[in-house]
Amino acid sequence: MKAPNFKYARAANVDEACALLERHGDDARILAGGQSLMPTLNMRLSSPSLLIDINRIEAMRGIAVDGDMIRVGALVRHVELAESVIVRRHLPLLSDAITHVAHPAVRNRGTFGGSIALADPAAELPACAVALGASFVLASRRGPRVVAAEQFFRGLYETDRRPDEILTEARIPAQKSGTRYGFAELARRQGDFAIVGLACIEAEALRLVFFGCEDRPRLAREAARANGIPAIQAALAADLKPMSNLQGSAATKLHLARVLAGRVVGSLKVVGA
Amino acid sequence: MSTGERVTRPNARRFVAGRGKYTDDFAFPRLLQIAYVRSPYAHARILGVDTKSAATMPGVVRVFIGADIAALCTPMTTIANHLPAYKSTTQQPLAIDRVTWQGEAVAAVVAETRAEAEDAADTITVEYEELAAAADTVGAVSPGATLAHPALGTNLAITAALNTGDGAAGMADAEIVVEESLVFGRHTGVTLEPRTIVADYDPQDDAIVIHQSHQVPYQTQDIVSRHLGIPEHKVRVICSDVGGGFGLKLHSYADELVAAAISKALGRPVKYVADRLEAFVADIHARDHRVKAKVGVTRAGDLVAFDVDDLAVLGAHATYPRLSVGEGMMVLMLAGAPYKNRHLAGRMRGIYQNKTPVGTYRGVGMPIGVTVTELMVERAARAVGADPLAFRRRNFVTQDMLPLMLPMGIKVPQLTLHQCLDKIAATMDYTRLRAEQEGLRARRIYRGIGLAPFIEYSAVGPWSYGPPGTRLTTQDGATVKLEPSGMVRCITSITDQGQGTYTGIAQVVAAALGVPVENVTVHGGDTASAPHGGGAWASRGLVIGGEAAHRAATELRANVLSVAGTILQANPATLTIAGGEIRDAANGTARMPLAELTRIAYFRQDTLPPGSQPELAVTRAYVPRDIPAMTSNGVQASYLEVDVDTGFVKLLGHWVVEDCGRIVNPLLADEQIRGGVVQGIGAALFEECRYDEHGQLQNGTLADYLVPMAAEMPDIHVGHVESVAPGTALGLAGVGEAGVLGSAAAVLVAVNDALLPLGAKIAQIPLTPDRILAALGKV
Amino acid sequence: MNETVAISLSVNGQRVERTVKVRQHLVDFLRSELGLTGAHLGCEHGVCGACTVRVDGQIVRGCLMLAVQADGATVETIEGVTETREIADLQQEFVGRNAAQCGFCTPGMLLTAAELLQRGKPMNRDAIREFIGGNFCRCTGYQAIVDAIEAVLNRRLATKAQS
Repeated sequence: MKAPNFKYARAANVDEACALLERHGDDARILAGGQSLMPTLNMRLSSPSLLIDINRIEAMRGIAVDGDMIRVGALVRHVELAESVIVRRHLPLLSDAITHVAHPAVRNRGTFGGSIALADPAAELPACAVALGASFVLASRRGPRVVAAEQFFRGLYETDRRPDEILTEARIPAQKSGTRYGFAELARRQGDFAIVGLACIEAEALRLVFFGCEDRPRLAREAARANGIPAIQAALAADLKPMSNLQGSAATKLHLARVLAGRVVGSLKVVGA
Repeated sequence: MSTGERVTRPNARRFVAGRGKYTDDFAFPRLLQIAYVRSPYAHARILGVDTKSAATMPGVVRVFIGADIAALCTPMTTIANHLPAYKSTTQQPLAIDRVTWQGEAVAAVVAETRAEAEDAADTITVEYEELAAAADTVGAVSPGATLAHPALGTNLAITAALNTGDGAAGMADAEIVVEESLVFGRHTGVTLEPRTIVADYDPQDDAIVIHQSHQVPYQTQDIVSRHLGIPEHKVRVICSDVGGGFGLKLHSYADELVAAAISKALGRPVKYVADRLEAFVADIHARDHRVKAKVGVTRAGDLVAFDVDDLAVLGAHATYPRLSVGEGMMVLMLAGAPYKNRHLAGRMRGIYQNKTPVGTYRGVGMPIGVTVTELMVERAARAVGADPLAFRRRNFVTQDMLPLMLPMGIKVPQLTLHQCLDKIAATMDYTRLRAEQEGLRARRIYRGIGLAPFIEYSAVGPWSYGPPGTRLTTQDGATVKLEPSGMVRCITSITDQGQGTYTGIAQVVAAALGVPVENVTVHGGDTASAPHGGGAWASRGLVIGGEAAHRAATELRANVLSVAGTILQANPATLTIAGGEIRDAANGTARMPLAELTRIAYFRQDTLPPGSQPELAVTRAYVPRDIPAMTSNGVQASYLEVDVDTGFVKLLGHWVVEDCGRIVNPLLADEQIRGGVVQGIGAALFEECRYDEHGQLQNGTLADYLVPMAAEMPDIHVGHVESVAPGTALGLAGVGEAGVLGSAAAVLVAVNDALLPLGAKIAQIPLTPDRILAALGKV
Repeated sequence: MNETVAISLSVNGQRVERTVKVRQHLVDFLRSELGLTGAHLGCEHGVCGACTVRVDGQIVRGCLMLAVQADGATVETIEGVTETREIADLQQEFVGRNAAQCGFCTPGMLLTAAELLQRGKPMNRDAIREFIGGNFCRCTGYQAIVDAIEAVLNRRLATKAQS
């Protein structure tokens, strides 16, 4: 399967990327890690007229501490996230989650921003971003816009990003020492898309974000209000309306979500321990 | 002696350096590439194909539709002279009026590059009239069922019965009868190297050279010759390195035949690669069965009868030219085979569906026969409250019953099932595992042990394709020659897709001749230089190819000693060849290096007596005649843990004890077994081609069709009982398929064993979390 | 914004300058332009790992990278890595254990294992299996491959510890 014809442009900086997006909008695709875009092109599932290669935009790289916030550039590769001392210390939920993402060769190229912008419902990072209360910075010729992760994921591969916007960074509140977290996913094979996964933070309140169940990561609000694991598990029936897919039936996904809730909430880790 | 040694492979040395030479690696001047337009519908009439835009696109040389190919290439009809009741279908290499499976090729674009061919293919519009698709296996032979081929009037391609003893009477004698319905997921082979062919026709010579990733170049030679009308001796087929075959590359595919026809039309080399998306719909599928089984047992614990009703799905056509009915027949042939029940009532039906055609894939129907048998035996053991290992041992065929006759005239002259079972029990420490299992159950940890003994047959003789009337031989040949350097070259009609047969043959030749194995080079795969032969299938390479090479090498040895005797003026009977040199037979004194002998025999015949004619190249063939097939036996065992909350299975260990006769190279044999075990684990846990009710394949990508990867696989312990298989000089039975014969069975039985305390039963593979949770009543 | 782009890169230590079609992926470029056929195409979805090559010192799925993206990069294939003898010990173990049967997965598998070895950290069999868990092999069942990597890793770590 060979990719269809497209034009190719390299953006040297965010402004150039935005200018190209403004001109081409829906006909253009951002090429970052390419780990999700390239299979789509190779399989001819999509036929953009232009690929905008953003891999050389320095401003979108790097992980930095900014007060209580950790800034993760959209071009941070999964391997960088996995090896980051800052992440291990301040966002250990991500350190755990990243080990489930694909395989070494994919993690060497795949990017944080790419995973967020694609919004695959079975992906780990969007769910973690929602659990952590992250915000995303979207740049465009109209000026930057910040969107909370909880509002960002709108449907199957659908986000709040407009066609002329580019995700440049995520701002994620650091997990405070003494707060708790947990991550687990069920996948048939290491690195596969999750059948069901759970990213969980317990700080001021409990935040349970399930992925792989619905068309987007789902914050389980009823379950978060429940007392004790059995009540949490029972409440999931109200929070989750799973979709059957090749990975599992709706009934299986709801069942597995309950199992994961029990296992994760029952064995939360402490930040800084 | 180099047989029995863990000799490493020259091929492997090339592969680790990236110097494999696969068919896509070769450059050809003026090469063109094909992209196919394939039907999105499982069943449809083709009303029109509009190729106007495609023909003018960049890089495009020509576009072919069905009628164009029909003028160049005759259609494919699988014949079975020995089964007059078999309802055959005809496949047009490129569909003309009708498509009968999703993925069937409808048009071919030929362009300078594959990308340009695909660009043009995207512009071709095909007008289809969608027809009802026969995709419901269960209802396929009910009245009013949607027909895959309406003209046939039925979906039933073939029905057959196999009986041993009196199954009905036997079952009536049983005090307990256990019934089960088993469902087996459809597979595909997923060779990592896709099917690849380059056809290069020369109109001046009316000759064609074909490079192909295939297991039997002689088959392609015959098929291309007959279908394209090129004289057989003008067709040359070369199979170089092949990235996995497993029976998938044993068939003559329409899309490959079309490539040859296109080359003939254009007079230029033409390449086709079945890329991964195409492979899922166009490579043969396999193992799509529904089996209703019954086993009868006495309360004392004696198996008395088996009853097996097998429904085998053939897909839209029987695979060409080898037929697909073998799969169903083999299920029946192996039903109950290791056990002394001696009553089998077996029925098999092969049905057409509007799905990808089904063909042979490693083990063919044998893994299903073993799985059916072992699940039923396990159920019978539990029904009488017996330990599954003891129950099996008690019911094994005993020595006084040998030779055992399996259906279809397969004679099993020897069995070592008891030794294999004892050895595996010791190696896996069965008693300790049972105790561990029991202890963990108290803590709600559910582990299971599954045993799967099996009898296997391999290296079949001419009864397999002779009576059906197919032009496929089960004979193989070898030319062994001593070259001027004193080194030995063997050209074999066997082919090698990674199993290492060429190295095994080198060892056989080296042993027969008395030279170090490093002095022997083996190659094959070129119809122009190798003797005509059967190639690789049914685990026959070393059995039959090795036997031919052994004969040739033995005769060459005699010839060499005769020349040595002439040169040394000694009686050849007083000489021997050992360590690559001529020596005194009596005391081992070195008399002459082989390179010296060849210097004289090739370049200084003037110094030899008149009438002396050195013959330093010998060609010999072998076809199994005295026995219909080689037989072997073994036992496999799986130890696993089922997470009863998630339905996930963790494989903790896997064991195989195999008796495949003499082992030429334990390194090769053991690694072949391991690879086969993992394919069977794929069957048990992961692999399934999922079709919807419209005959649409739902999971035709490598992300969605789950093949076993390293992180989920156990370590596999391989041991052997080594008898000598009778009937050949070498005493080998086939081993290439042994790994896949029993592994799915062992895993299915182990999962059932794990779930036993919870009262849950499961008889469908692959064992997905959905299915296990459903069996547990949790969803 | 062109359909072809001029690129300049290093491939196995040699400077290479070519004009490439933008849609051509890196492995097609290596195979058809440079004759480096050691990297193989098994799926072109980025799943099987047969296309694994090294770019700027890291393994990547070569079928998911455009050749134009390798402009200015250092690319190494199995052919180059063989010449430098970086994993000669691992290649020898593969041969000795028959961890390469049909050989189609082998170059990708070896480059992946090379990255594991580069990390120089002790790893048990499960961790090795996980690291190569994205490289599909249909022939070996993986055990001989794991055995080979484990043997070389342990030997190298022991040598390092001694020095």
